[in-house]
Amino acid sequence: MIYNMEYETMPREALEAIQLRRLQTTVERVYANVEFYRGKFQQARISPADIRSLDDLKRLPFTTKQDLRDNYPFGMFAVPMDHVVRIHASSGTTGQPTVVGYTARDIQTWAGLMARSLMAGGATRGDIIHNAYGYGLFTGGLGVHYGAEMLGASVIPVSGGNTRRQVMIMKDFGPTIITATPSYTLHLAEVCEEMGVSFKDLKFRHGIFGAEPWSETMRAEIERKLNLVAVDIYGLSEVMGPGVAIECKEAKKGLHIFEDHFIPEIIDPDTLEPLPYGEVGELVFTTVTKEAFPVIRYRTRDICSLNPEPCICGRTHVRMSRVTGRSDDMLIIRGVNVFPSQIESVLMDTQGVTPHYQLIVDREGPLDVLTVRVEVSEKMFSDEVKRLQAVEKTISKSIKELLGVSAKVKLVEPKGITRSEGKAVRVVDNRKL
Amino acid sequence: MQVEQISVFLENKSGRLSEVTGILAETGINIRALALADTSDFGVLRLIVDDNEKAVSALKNNGFTVGKTDVVAVEVADRPGGLHEILEMLKKNDINVEYMYAYVRNSGQNAIMIFRFDNVPAAIDLLSSQGFTIIGGSRLYTM
Ligand SMILES: [Zn+2]
Repeated sequence: MIYNMEYETMPREALEAIQLRRLQTTVERVYANVEFYRGKFQQARISPADIRSLDDLKRLPFTTKQDLRDNYPFGMFAVPMDHVVRIHASSGTTGQPTVVGYTARDIQTWAGLMARSLMAGGATRGDIIHNAYGYGLFTGGLGVHYGAEMLGASVIPVSGGNTRRQVMIMKDFGPTIITATPSYTLHLAEVCEEMGVSFKDLKFRHGIFGAEPWSETMRAEIERKLNLVAVDIYGLSEVMGPGVAIECKEAKKGLHIFEDHFIPEIIDPDTLEPLPYGEVGELVFTTVTKEAFPVIRYRTRDICSLNPEPCICGRTHVRMSRVTGRSDDMLIIRGVNVFPSQIESVLMDTQGVTPHYQLIVDREGPLDVLTVRVEVSEKMFSDEVKRLQAVEKTISKSIKELLGVSAKVKLVEPKGITRSEGKAVRVVDNRKL
Repeated sequence: MQVEQISVFLENKSGRLSEVTGILAETGINIRALALADTSDFGVLRLIVDDNEKAVSALKNNGFTVGKTDVVAVEVADRPGGLHEILEMLKKNDINVEYMYAYVRNSGQNAIMIFRFDNVPAAIDLLSSQGFTIIGGSRLYTM
């Protein structure tokens, strides 16, 4: 089912007409109300009147996370504070957190988009939604909550943590939909098992998972363990929160971006040039309906591609692929853009597992040399040296074929790769540039 | 008739081999035969020990990647040409030897060699039909 039939299935031409009109309004508003944008536009010698077509969007300057930090806390707000009814903030793992605000109308818009998302993932009016996203400064919990209420479903605001109590609620209240991060969901499944509760006896039919990168392998595991259909949801507080894009349960192949509210672009993170549909690059968003916190060409740092092909669900909105990495991790090796996530998928494809790995870049004379260190898993191991050498060669050949760069593959012992606070250090760049 | 061998992945850096022998010593495991194959980057240590289960779990608990393979222990006449005869016979019958190494025995006259074949059953059939003595696991550890 489709929550907003008119907008979600709108023909492209009509959709683009709405996008242009809304973009023009947004550009005028930020130019008039936000000093940061006015300054940037003037620097780029562009005024709101120059935006005559959607194509003119690419003439506008980018906005980065650093820009948001520089204007901490309220410098990017486009309305006076007495119009702001809600404030959220992103967890700043490094440096300043970023603060976002919402007007009453923004909250309505957001709830509507979350209602669309929940329905695309399989929820309807009569459902009971177990919402295990955290409530608080993080947008996940309240984002889902308002959407569920607008949809008319019954929402259990269980939030994160106290997992054994969550299992009891799942047993007693009989929720039919679960919304949570994929990693917490797998933890929940483990605790259920410990407590002797089987998901087969629970009432879940659909799950909507996001707020962190996950994979098709994890989807298969969640669907099997929880006995439900799982879809991916995407969002970030700087753009709105959850509900920027959602996978439809019909195709489960890419997330529809709600283009009547957000204009997506894919750019080359190195040259900053927009890339055509299908190419992998950094996702950039311009919001066209937000009042309190509009963003113009905001660089998400998330790496994915856009697919404009019509979808079997009937929605006309473009689909983004799963986010496969962060542009901060991108390496340029002999002029070729390489993302660690691409190496990871080569390892997954050739070895059937994702072992720990590390990319080391050195410069020998004028040449960049890429070494991929891979921890030997039991599955890859053999008592014969030639087989191990064949593993190295296979990986190296696939990297060359798929990414177009030569790499020397080196097998190392488990735990042979440096961990930093539990996380593997993925990239070591020894080039002195 | 085959014998189970354990193998361990080692990076080529100093001290790794003694790390393995140290873990096995602490666990009370006796190493009966050992061979190291190495390249410029890594090595594979092959071991015949008196308790495979204990050895494997001790090594895994210490973070090593460990594998198990079936190998064949064969008595070789302790005289010039003794080993050559076996190898010639195997070659004539298209049995491929991946690698081999010597087993340290405490008593007796003939030498024992450990062979890694790509086709273990065919190799055992051939060796037995040609009158060679193959030594099974439980007997091997007592020799
Ligand atoms: Zn769809």
